[in-house]
Amino acid sequence: MSEPLLTLENLSCERDGRTLFSGVHYTCNRGTLLQIVGFNGAGKTTLLHTLAGLLPASSGTVLWRGQPAHRQRQAFYQELLYLGHQVPVKPQLSVRENLLWLGALNPPATEAAIAEALAEVDLAGFEDSPSYALSAGQKRRVLLAQLYLSRATLWILDEPFTAIDKAGVQKLEAAMACHAAKGGVVLFTSHQPLAMAEFSILDLSAYQTPQEFADA
Amino acid sequence: MPNTDNRYQIGAGFKAVIRRDLTSLWRNRSDIASPLVFFLISITLLPLGVDPSDKLLATIAPGMIWIMALLATLLSLDTLFRQDYDDGSLTQFILSPQPLYLTVLAKVIVHWLTTGLPLALIAPVLGVMLSLPSGGYWPLVLSLTIGTAIMSLIGAMGAALTVCLRSSALVLTLIIMPLYLPVLIIGANTVSSAVAGFGATQGLALLGAALALALLVMPLAAAGALRISSNH
Repeated sequence: MSEPLLTLENLSCERDGRTLFSGVHYTCNRGTLLQIVGFNGAGKTTLLHTLAGLLPASSGTVLWRGQPAHRQRQAFYQELLYLGHQVPVKPQLSVRENLLWLGALNPPATEAAIAEALAEVDLAGFEDSPSYALSAGQKRRVLLAQLYLSRATLWILDEPFTAIDKAGVQKLEAAMACHAAKGGVVLFTSHQPLAMAEFSILDLSAYQTPQEFADA
Repeated sequence: MPNTDNRYQIGAGFKAVIRRDLTSLWRNRSDIASPLVFFLISITLLPLGVDPSDKLLATIAPGMIWIMALLATLLSLDTLFRQDYDDGSLTQFILSPQPLYLTVLAKVIVHWLTTGLPLALIAPVLGVMLSLPSGGYWPLVLSLTIGTAIMSLIGAMGAALTVCLRSSALVLTLIIMPLYLPVLIIGANTVSSAVAGFGATQGLALLGAALALALLVMPLAAAGALRISSNH
């Protein structure tokens, strides 16, 4: 069980010919709760995209259970839950219908599980409301309900606290801590001060190349 | 352990995407009406613009109906992946264990059901308006049914390649037009030769073969293109 789940080996990324960061080494064991920090434009989202395999790394590799993640895409994606900036909640569909299709892409969700997950994100009773009637925060909550439905091991959350109220942030922090305690891995970005007891921090500012500073 | 039972069904995502798109399109019915209305109006206007004699109209009917169906399909392609790209659904498709091939195929099937199939079904009515000889009705419907499916598949590849561009309509047209030409030529010829009494079997067989090829190749190409486009 001590085998590291996710390993970043000498990871470098560039965007439009500009090196964002280079030489990132990190090992996530079971139970890692890792906040990725850095100034705006430091490459936090790029790093998360690279980890999820949406972007190729310019050098270095991402290892999942000791094997390169891009060689075992299907196995990796079965254990990955990625929530990005964008909110894939279709306005014409009801809350329940949105969760059903999102859930069907991964191990399928049951009606009971959906009701339970919606209760967790304080959307109980909204199952059949059309999603266009929801506020921005409620739409994000629909997305966050996936955290309670998913059976993924690795959670990659890009700014999960955006548009969420204080009570919601507390619940979300609890869910993340609980997932880590159960042996999962949570990677997230956030600019908010967090009340969670234990989490590690990966500061991307430390991996900027010297030329970047010269340019700035 | 969070991941002891991670089995999932391959077809589940496919069905979910079909159901999702059909439901949301049904609730936004006016969106899917525009290609059909374009098709109806352009064919209705045709006899007003040219000499409305039966003989001339019957000669140009197969070609005109096919050209208008092609343009109507083209008109609807730009939006195929646009919304999914903008709201991040595409990222979820790519990052799910479901094969992207099947997800793309599901989107294409919905596109065909909501544009191609209605076009093929109302084509005989327009055939009457253009005094198409009665021998041409069945070949027209059949060739359009197969032909619009091919055009949806080819169009998906083009739409996937251009989804990350801000104004994609022109590039999309330039990419897929050359691939549409053979379909148009075979399709319109199938109807003409049936009207002339030479039978439609040969043309329909050719279209069928093209459909089989497009079914294999195009969703794969579109899936590859979507993986690239999602980075931008």
